[in-house]
Parts: sequence; C-alpha cells; structure tokens
Amino acid sequence: MLRTDVAVIGGGAAGLSAAIEASRLGARVHLVDENARPGGQLFKQIHKFFGSHSHYAGTRGFEIGEKLLEEAQKNGVETLLNSYVFGIFGKEIGIIENQMSSKWLEAKAIILCCGASERHIMFPGWTLPGVMGAGAAQTLINVHRVLPGRRFLMVGSGNVGLIVSYQILQAGGEVTAMVEALPRIGGWGVHASKIRRCGVPILTSHTIKEAHGREKVEAATIVALDENWNHIIGTERILDVDVICLVIGLRPNIELPLMAGCETMFLEGLGGWVPIHDEDMETTVEGIYVAGDCAGIEEASTAIDSGRLAGVAAAEKLGYLPGDEANIMKAQIRKTLDDLRGGPFGVQRMEAKRQLIQRAKTLRAGPDE
Amino acid sequence: MRITKHPILEPLDDRREVDITVDGKGMKAIEGEPIASALIAAGVMTFRRTRIRKEPRGYFCGIGLCTDCMMVVDGVPNVRTCVTPVEEGMRIETQVGLERVRVADVKD
Repeated sequence: MLRTDVAVIGGGAAGLSAAIEASRLGARVHLVDENARPGGQLFKQIHKFFGSHSHYAGTRGFEIGEKLLEEAQKNGVETLLNSYVFGIFGKEIGIIENQMSSKWLEAKAIILCCGASERHIMFPGWTLPGVMGAGAAQTLINVHRVLPGRRFLMVGSGNVGLIVSYQILQAGGEVTAMVEALPRIGGWGVHASKIRRCGVPILTSHTIKEAHGREKVEAATIVALDENWNHIIGTERILDVDVICLVIGLRPNIELPLMAGCETMFLEGLGGWVPIHDEDMETTVEGIYVAGDCAGIEEASTAIDSGRLAGVAAAEKLGYLPGDEANIMKAQIRKTLDDLRGGPFGVQRMEAKRQLIQRAKTLRAGPDE
Repeated sequence: MRITKHPILEPLDDRREVDITVDGKGMKAIEGEPIASALIAAGVMTFRRTRIRKEPRGYFCGIGLCTDCMMVVDGVPNVRTCVTPVEEGMRIETQVGLERVRVADVKD
C-alpha cells in the first residue's frame, strides 16, 4: 500500500491549490485525478477572470491552470493520473488505475475536491444526439476544438451559458437564441451584454418545449411561460437549430464525501446537498476536508482559496506548522474568501456558508442534553 | 466540424493524425483526443442505441458520468468515449443497449 501525509482527490482549481499549500508547508502530498491531465475545468476556460489581482483577474482560466500545475510540480506533489477513486474506507483510498488495476493509498489527511456536475431538465426529445450539457459543449469546443453543430439553442442563462454562448460565437458557431424560464437573466450583466451586443436574443420567461429530429436534433420548439411556469399556448416558435445546450446549473459531487461518512446539509445557495464543514474546511469526519465546488457551487477563484485553506489546515493538523502561524495564514485566506463573496451575487453563498459552519459547530458540540 | 480559426486559442498544428475505424469505415482522428471528439468532428452523432426501441444516443455529459456515449472499442463494450483517448488503429463500434463486461474481453 502507498502511504502519504495528505491525499487530495481531484486535481482541479481547488485540488491543485490544496496540494500546493500542503506540500509547500512540508507535507508529503499525493494528488489523485481520474483524467489524463490535472487542471479540472480550468483548461476549458478561455475568458479572462474578474476580481482582484491576487485572484488572477485579467488572466484566462487555462493560463491559471498552467501556473498551478507548474507550482504543484515545483513543490513535489506526486500526481496519480487516470486514477479513479472508487471508495474511501477510513483513511484508505481505493483507486482503479487505467481502468485495469486497483491500488490503495493510505493518507493521514484527505482533501476531497471532487467538483460538480451539470444538472439537466427533461422534455420530449431530450435524449436525441445534439442535446448536451453546456459544459460538455464547452469542453469539445475549447479543449478539443470541435464544434458539435452550427446553430445552438441555449436553455438557461446562468454565467456558464452566457460565457459558453460567447465562446460558440468565437469558434464560428451561431447562437440562435437563449431561453430563460425566470423573468430575468441568471448570470452577470457583463457576460449577458457581450452576447447581446453580438445579436444573440435572450428570451426571458421562455423555455424549451420539445426537441425535434429522428436521428439527431433538427429543430426545437420554444414557448413562453406565465407567472406560474405554465406554457402559454399559442406562443410556440420553432427554431432551426442542431445543438441544444442545457445550462440548468451545477450540483456538488458529494458521492465520495458521503462514502467517507461526512454528514451533509441541503443549502439551495450552494447548489443542493453539501458536506458540512467548519472554518478549516474540515468535514464531520476528522481529518477529511472538502474544498471547491463539491463543498458548494461557487467560482474558480473561491475554489482556489478554499483549496488553499484546506491545504493549510491539513498541514497544520499533521504538525507541519505551529498553530499561531497557521492561524495567521488561515485568517488571511478567509478574508479573501469573504471579499470574493462580498458582491450582490455572493450574499446568498456567504449566508449558506455561514449556516454550514454553524451546523458543524453545533454537531461538534454534541447534543444539548 | 473542426475549428481551424480562433481569435484567442493558438492553432494546434502539431497534433498527429491517426487512423481508426468506426463501424468498419476508415476515419481520421487526432491522437489523444477523446473518441467522442473525433466522431463528432466527422459528423457522427449516434454512439449507442437503446436496447428495445433502438433510439439513438450521443455525447451528453462529456465527463464520463451519463453512459449515453458508451461504445464497443476493440471488442470491449461500455467504453465511455467522451473520456477515452483515441489510439492508432482503434476499432470503434456502435453499441446496442448496455452490456455486461465479460472478463474474457478485457485485455491484459
């Protein structure tokens, strides 16, 4: 059995950051990722990030990915790629390597950074080839440079949808329309205005009614919604599209935290069920931490900082730095996390995170007998 | 179709082409790209058919979770083509239903 100090599961923005911090502080770190290359979703982000300079503002996602990979390598993080974690048993992690052989990794601390997956909605024709997640289309377009069709319908107007729409245009595709069931656009104005300027219609209070086609998507019917979410009969329109992208939102991947015995809590502001964690990102199972989107849906910059926080906390727990030094570092990271959640779009997440941390405290204190 | 011109991304001129077959037909792919990407670039959208109604299924989640894109690759069924890189000489076939993996199919 392979033995290490800190095992980080998932090599995206959060996992890489956690691995970098823990190894920089002296811990032996193994980073496990199911893909052939770490970096998670960063490598498909080709737009410039916002925010402060310390959060890579003005830098494109894939460039941040390169920097983090380089830093992880420099700090001696040992990386296990094509390695799929199938279970966590105490502090032992079961891994399938290259889909062929199994391997065990024992760690003193585990940081779970399993990310998120896309949510979907169902409608007649939703199983047709050509209906796909917007993130799935984004991977094809930005990483593999393949356009899955010519004319796209985007269903949902969150940031992912707005950004992917612009990237479809950059790649030479056409976005015929974006529909949004809510009476307002979901994502940021800055992303929405970019695609509006390019002439993409954003139809609020509209949804998809049906995807048409025998072997693949050939058209879609959209329809207006009333205030009770019912279709308004007679408002149907048929759009000539060959790809339908679903942008319904994300949900945290909590399968591994659940297997590890972490208790969860439902918080709409964080995308659904999330592992309960304290101010150090430690779950209800001692020595198991969570960071990034699997600890609640946020953004790349919060994923990076929550990963760093978990990395520092794990290194501290294993005695790689004194408590007072760790406290200073952790306080700084928490401050930047608060800043990142400061805007009008962050208020709900800030409140949800506060509830999560409060719940962890309550559970740790035990029953009020 | 392949994206050849892009305002931000550098061209990927150094990528090596490989030969694969899809349902017996020869096709070019780019080494290391997922099988799904090669197929979609060539206009193939149906990867699998359902067991009873033979309905088409294709690329959907792109992260190896949904099972819609599973195909028979070099005789091994249930290969998630969205996360499996293309290799020279691969034999890729449309799958019907979801199969049980037979131990005898798995190469050493």
